Amino acid sequence: MAELKFMKPALKEKTTACCGPAQGALQEPGEMSGNTSLPPGKQGRPAWVTGTLTTEAGPISIVSTDLTMSDFWEHVKCRTSAFRNNYAVNPGLYAVGEPDKNSAVLISANYKLSFDALREALKGLHVWVLVLDTKGINVWCAAGKGTFGTDELIRSIFSTRLDSVVNHRKIIVPQLGAPGISAHQVRKSSGFTVCYGPVKAKDISRYISAGYKATKEMRTITFPLIDRLILTPMEINPAMKQYYPAYSLAMLAIFGLQPAGIYFREALVDGLPFLLLGLISVLAGGLITPALLPYIPFRSFAIKGWLTGTLLVIFSLKFTALFSQMNTVLLIFTYLFFPLASSYIALQFTGATTFTGMSGVRKELKIAIPLYIAGIVVSLVLLLVFKLGAWGLL
Amino acid sequence: MKYLSNVASLEFFPDRCVGCGICLEVCPHEVFALENKKAVILDRDRCMECGACAGNCAFGALNVDKGVGCAAAIINSLISGGEPSCDCSGESKKSDCC
Ligand code: SF4
Ligand code: SF4
Repeated sequence: MAELKFMKPALKEKTTACCGPAQGALQEPGEMSGNTSLPPGKQGRPAWVTGTLTTEAGPISIVSTDLTMSDFWEHVKCRTSAFRNNYAVNPGLYAVGEPDKNSAVLISANYKLSFDALREALKGLHVWVLVLDTKGINVWCAAGKGTFGTDELIRSIFSTRLDSVVNHRKIIVPQLGAPGISAHQVRKSSGFTVCYGPVKAKDISRYISAGYKATKEMRTITFPLIDRLILTPMEINPAMKQYYPAYSLAMLAIFGLQPAGIYFREALVDGLPFLLLGLISVLAGGLITPALLPYIPFRSFAIKGWLTGTLLVIFSLKFTALFSQMNTVLLIFTYLFFPLASSYIALQFTGATTFTGMSGVRKELKIAIPLYIAGIVVSLVLLLVFKLGAWGLL
Repeated sequence: MKYLSNVASLEFFPDRCVGCGICLEVCPHEVFALENKKAVILDRDRCMECGACAGNCAFGALNVDKGVGCAAAIINSLISGGEPSCDCSGESKKSDCC
């Protein structure tokens, strides 16, 4: 918790926080604030900073390569929370082990998860880590947005006076940061040659010992089951928060609404199966489709989600007693609405994948959105028809 | 895993290519190979339009309409009229895309 307290204010006022009185004496006159990584001050130092190294460019924090329980808890919160920019590391230059003027320089984002994955992978190495200010966003996303980019990299090289910290002129940039970087421009402006490291932090040490060479496997991005599962909360949470409460209320209201007023018994007994179906479609689109992604036929996420949703709806209707005597109109509604909901949620997962491109998603949306809208309109009409029928008006 | 076929906007101009091989290095989906000291596209459908190759080719031999393959981002951009961006910072939108 102490780390969280430190990081929040540090993000807002990183320049002032970096030049606490304890450090002031060590700084050279005229040195830019934000130059060195972290204040060695007592209250402000994160638990993963283990000491300070004095260099020509000023004091540099030494970071631990061991992750602690509190790091782990932050990762859990990081993964499940929508406001991940609270999990940031102060940008700047850090030391791992006892690096010297010939040690490798690695570039990282200031997202806590990226940074932690990197430092854990650096066990036993003596290297420098230059953390760019990516506003607490991971390398891949920040590179897409341009915050992990050529300008920020060049700026950080100068502001940390990297040229006086090391004798060589090579920096290792994570390959997933390449969309934001133009290696030739970095060299032109800063004199440093960009070497693209492996996709995964865990291969860094092999990459360095192979003389900055990555195998084909280290260069290729995969999307295994575990990664897909880790990312599902980010699709399920927003769906449950944004749509599910409103949907539930609407369903309860529809079933509770009687000519004589709103009845809670009807709302619950008749509405409950539909609340469950709603949950089932969130699971179908947000969990099962991502988990079984490679095994579900068709390349389109909308179709994958629709198929999964349809199958789950069929299963639920067949194998649970809840829906034993369903009205035909409601049955049509069920088969229309819930697979579409699952399809929509599955389509959102394109944002988490490692292989969907913008043109493809655009194409899917162009076809799917009109279908979703039509589906919702027809669903509403069906509910209306059901209601009118139930009231004896048809 | 591959996404939709024949949609990627990747363009390659072989006459400008000097065969430096940077594109092979940065592409996370093995889209390129080197043949006779020139890059060739192995499989365009694997391209996710990240833009790494085009941004790092110093010779302007590659071009791609770079963008995020994220439904939420594209829907937001359709509504707000801007460029789709992966806005994960949580400050402006609820979209939670990466
Ligand atoms: S980066 Fe450009 S010049 Fe180099 S091999 Fe690829 S296409 Fe050719
Ligand atoms: S845009 Fe990205 S995925 Fe497509 S070819 Fe270039 S580097 Fe590879």
